[in-house]
Amino acid sequence: MDLLVVLSFEALKAVASLALISVGLAIIFGMMRVINLAHGEFLMLGGYAAIVATKAGINIWVATLLVSPLVVGVIGMVIERTIIRFLYGRPRDTMLATWGLSLLLVGLATTIFGNTTEGISAPAGSLQIGDYRIAAYSLIIIVIAVVVFAAIWAVFRFTRYGLIARSTMQNADMAAALGVNPSRVYAVTFGVGAGLAGLAGGVMAPITGIVPTIGAAYVAKAFITVIGGGPAILAGTVSASVMFGAIDQIITYLSTPVIGEVALLAAAVVLLRFMPQGITGRFFRRAA
Amino acid sequence: MIEVKNLHSGYGRIPILHGINFTMKPGEVVGILGHNGMGKTTLLRTLVGQIKTTQGRIEFDGRDVTFASSSERARAGIGYVPQGRDIFPLLSVVENLKMGEIMRGGESAIPEMLGHFPVLKDLLERPGRGLSGGQQQILALARCLAGRPKLILLDEPTEGIQPSIVDLIAEKLGELKVTLGLGIILVEQDIRFIRQLADRVLIIQKGAFVAEISPDQLYDRETVDAHLGI
Repeated sequence: MDLLVVLSFEALKAVASLALISVGLAIIFGMMRVINLAHGEFLMLGGYAAIVATKAGINIWVATLLVSPLVVGVIGMVIERTIIRFLYGRPRDTMLATWGLSLLLVGLATTIFGNTTEGISAPAGSLQIGDYRIAAYSLIIIVIAVVVFAAIWAVFRFTRYGLIARSTMQNADMAAALGVNPSRVYAVTFGVGAGLAGLAGGVMAPITGIVPTIGAAYVAKAFITVIGGGPAILAGTVSASVMFGAIDQIITYLSTPVIGEVALLAAAVVLLRFMPQGITGRFFRRAA
Repeated sequence: MIEVKNLHSGYGRIPILHGINFTMKPGEVVGILGHNGMGKTTLLRTLVGQIKTTQGRIEFDGRDVTFASSSERARAGIGYVPQGRDIFPLLSVVENLKMGEIMRGGESAIPEMLGHFPVLKDLLERPGRGLSGGQQQILALARCLAGRPKLILLDEPTEGIQPSIVDLIAEKLGELKVTLGLGIILVEQDIRFIRQLADRVLIIQKGAFVAEISPDQLYDRETVDAHLGI
């Protein structure tokens, strides 16, 4: 029984982690249709921001939950204003530009931090479940994921900015004809997506450590999750995270982490073969 | 209210409008008639700022808006109901209405709009894409009016709409023209609708106005044949 609780807990942590690393891309790619191949590097920057801030004496919770999203959010807005805004509606050019950007960011991070793993200790100790011990930080990741998704849903559903952002992404010309400045909305929304990637990077840093190339490990999973989730960005990201995270964790328990990741990718291929529009393209069509 | 001088615009390198000139007073309704492809929609999209002016000048309320963005023109008081309505498909009816007034401060205009168009009251939570063509047209008009524009540009509002809704739209626009002093530029193929609303009618051919007639002249078959060949 204790083992079952621990395994369920680990599966939930895997789902929450996958959802967190994907949510920024869900906004930038799922909502704005920007194929951002530098998404993994946004997570990497979030991780470094948390590490640098913590080592500078800032409280680890402030560093991971505030400094990381703010730093990467601002960087994201600058990137949108200087690169991305010229590329809307040009997916191939966007892919090339963001790929180049990812290489640039990896190079910069390597130059500044070196090619070694940097890390910070996970706070909050451990929890005892029967004969097993689990990291309390895993529970915190689950709580953060739930809070982040609830907050994003509430912002997009109930606030003035959320309404303007949703309408602008659906029809920018019409939103402009109603007095909205789409350029500003795109910049802010890209910044929000980048900030969420930074938050994920900061939150994951204590358990994964950070190297300049860690983005490569995140970006494929994030794209698979967002595409597998389908058009309803939040419901899709959550449902795909549940499916892929659970498969990854179960297969990892039965075999090895590598086989678990292979199973995740295989599940994505099978899902998109039978549901090319993703999970929410088939179900929950009215979900956000 | 609006003064357009020697307006030229087009799509990329293809010129469509060739020297449009006209002026409008507040509360006036100007109908624009012409065959397909003559530049009616291009004219409205240029006035609203969706297509760049390549030559000429647009003055609105004494202010030069020739190179103002679409959003700046909307905030200055130019409303737009495009052909095809462009309802936000995934937003609910009430969210579409909120978008109409989102850049305007003060009291919400939504209760007033529901008073003008009570058919929307039962549809408030329905997504825009779930509405019929007529309901979408009413919503597009109510959304535009919620922003309290001084001038609205209407592009073929009767297209594909059942006659009872066409009558409702004509009745409401006629009423608002008088009560709010609303200026209307009406691009329309439905001569009956133009006759009902317009104070004067401009005929557009190959991107330029070629004649101005009174709505009453639209009852005259010879005039209609001469200008429109229909």
